[in-house]
Amino acid sequence: MFPFSFEWVWDAGHMVFHGGLWYALGIIGLGMTYCIGKAVLDTLEGKGGHHD
Amino acid sequence: MDSELIPRGVKRCPLGQFSLWIGIVGVVLLWGVYAMFLCWFKGLNQTNMNDSYGFALWIWADLAVIALGGGAFFTGFLRYIVGKDELKNIINYAVLIGFICYSSALLILAIDVGQPLRAWHIFWHANVHSMLTEVAFCLSCYFGVLTIEYIPLVLENRQIDKVPFFHNLGHNMHEIMAVFAATGAFLSFFHQGSLGGVAGVLFGRPFGYREGVLVWPWTFFLFTWSAAACGPCFTILITKITEVITGKKLVKDNVIDLLAKISGWMLATYIIAKIIDTWYWAVVTAPSMGFTLMEFYSNNPFYGIWILFLEIVLGGIVPAGILITQKGRSSSFALWTAVILAVIGVSVNRWVMVLQVMAVPVLPFETWPMYLPSWQEVATTILPVAYGIILIMLSHRYLPIFPQEQELNP
Amino acid sequence: MKEEHKHKKTRRYGMVIDLDKCTGCGACMVACMAENNVPFREDETDKLLSLTWLRIYRLTNGKPFPETDICYLPRPCMHCEGHHGHSPCVSVCPATVTDYDWETGIVSQIYTRCFGCRYCMAACPYHARYFNWWDPVWPEGMKQYLNPNVSVRMRGVVEKCSFCFPRYQVASEKAHAEGRRELEEEEYQTACTQACPAGAITFGDLNNPKHAVYKLKKSPNAFRLLEKLGTNPKVYYISSREWVRRAGDNYLEHEFKEQKV
Repeated sequence: MFPFSFEWVWDAGHMVFHGGLWYALGIIGLGMTYCIGKAVLDTLEGKGGHHD
Repeated sequence: MDSELIPRGVKRCPLGQFSLWIGIVGVVLLWGVYAMFLCWFKGLNQTNMNDSYGFALWIWADLAVIALGGGAFFTGFLRYIVGKDELKNIINYAVLIGFICYSSALLILAIDVGQPLRAWHIFWHANVHSMLTEVAFCLSCYFGVLTIEYIPLVLENRQIDKVPFFHNLGHNMHEIMAVFAATGAFLSFFHQGSLGGVAGVLFGRPFGYREGVLVWPWTFFLFTWSAAACGPCFTILITKITEVITGKKLVKDNVIDLLAKISGWMLATYIIAKIIDTWYWAVVTAPSMGFTLMEFYSNNPFYGIWILFLEIVLGGIVPAGILITQKGRSSSFALWTAVILAVIGVSVNRWVMVLQVMAVPVLPFETWPMYLPSWQEVATTILPVAYGIILIMLSHRYLPIFPQEQELNP
Repeated sequence: MKEEHKHKKTRRYGMVIDLDKCTGCGACMVACMAENNVPFREDETDKLLSLTWLRIYRLTNGKPFPETDICYLPRPCMHCEGHHGHSPCVSVCPATVTDYDWETGIVSQIYTRCFGCRYCMAACPYHARYFNWWDPVWPEGMKQYLNPNVSVRMRGVVEKCSFCFPRYQVASEKAHAEGRRELEEEEYQTACTQACPAGAITFGDLNNPKHAVYKLKKSPNAFRLLEKLGTNPKVYYISSREWVRRAGDNYLEHEFKEQKV
């Protein structure tokens, strides 16, 4: 999974596979960071405080 | 008693009745949990698997629920990427069903491996050439995506939504849901395909082996295609069953019709590709390995040619024929028949690509080994069904799953 | 796999088994189990649950008396080379547990890394891979007799014939200590080869003209199991009987006849 595992080799297979994986993980991670970060800022600004 | 948790403007059964049903399904769930712990503590000797059936009921269940859960990624793809806006009325349920299917698949895998505590080796020591590695990574990532898609729905619960942070978080996640849906579609394309590749790459198993393009056997594409075709059928089926149980119409006919139509065309094109694949395998691939088609379907008590007929004709051509016609989709009976047959068709496909691959003798001096699952295997396979029913019951009661429910049931 | 091109002059250890000599006595199976600490249970009736790294199959020509004929076929792991080390099991293992060693041609298995997904078992057409359905339980006192060079496996992992690889390690260490790079043929032999009273099993480097297997594998009566699948196994069989050679692979109606013409 990481380049320091001893079976790791810098070949096309590893680059394509892990490239795709980390790309997807990156989008998911960045997306959630954005959502949570913005939610914190919005809350601090006092948004979303409606009650029924 | 729990009326404050129930969405506004909808009617739900009394809490007592609800609890009773949760309790009944809960007993089945506990039976499965007991069998699960037996497998974990005593080992896989609790199953009827053996050295001929290294893959059996569980792997079939995994492949089947992932195919059926494919409704989530494909409906998401149609809603967010293609822009079929009407599908917003069923996407929540598709996501919930997908979430249940994928969490079930992960649970079954956790029971299925011989050393569950070492399951992380598949990530840490990943062999990028193995289809199973790809499945493990994409499955886990996509389960993350499904969780992200399900969370905003949970946050819409009346009481949770009152908390400003949760309200804002849900709102923000809705805003960029298209990004998550696109990532989900990307991941799904690969892991659905890789599940097809699991049997397709086995060049030592002539029943499963297929040629292909680059590193992908044809089964790679066929599995993705069939999941996209039959997943939505399962979503429609479960929606219909929910409507029968709740006694309410929950989704408008035009939404179901649109999803059924797209599903029908996907199924029609898939089954043409599947027939071509089967024909090529029967006349070229298998004979090159010394096998005739009928050798795969004779001299054993179970696997007859009927199974190929059931998969392709009854589970493929018939439902596709119904779903691509307006007349078929508008008849309630025909629609029910079509979605049930499509679900059976894809499940039979997954069954043969796991169990029959194991059963067909390859060494000329061997015979067909037969297999019947143990009660522990059956219980742990029913466990996710019970868990799914409970999660659907809870979600339906406390979350606004169906946006059109209020309008359809004034 | 990555080291493929580094070793131009590779060793390819393999076996040639003369089926005309094999009497089916089972000494090879016993030797294999003792050498490799293969566990067993009190009731071994169900052979689909038994661990038999080396298994003897009983083949018959299916003809009635007096033409009836039988043949015993010992089946170790074939240590398939496939195309360029792409053996059926190595390529599918998700956790890089099993590997094709380019120095010896031996397909290895790291028991402590295997997490028991059994994909390799599904991939192997020879049923040479076995799953530990139970933890090993040794009869009283038998632990004293376990081979200290071979690790004992736990429940939930896959194991298979290693061509007695620990013997190769011992022989290599000895050779290194003596300043030699090459092993003599008799320095590294598998337990089954040495145990066979009929001398049916010959083991050695298939690439080395000095080794007996080098010549034996070229016999016109030599064949390998399921060659058509492209597994490229390193275990050869010899039989003067045509029906036995035919039983080594799957043939369409017309194929085998054509081959014989």
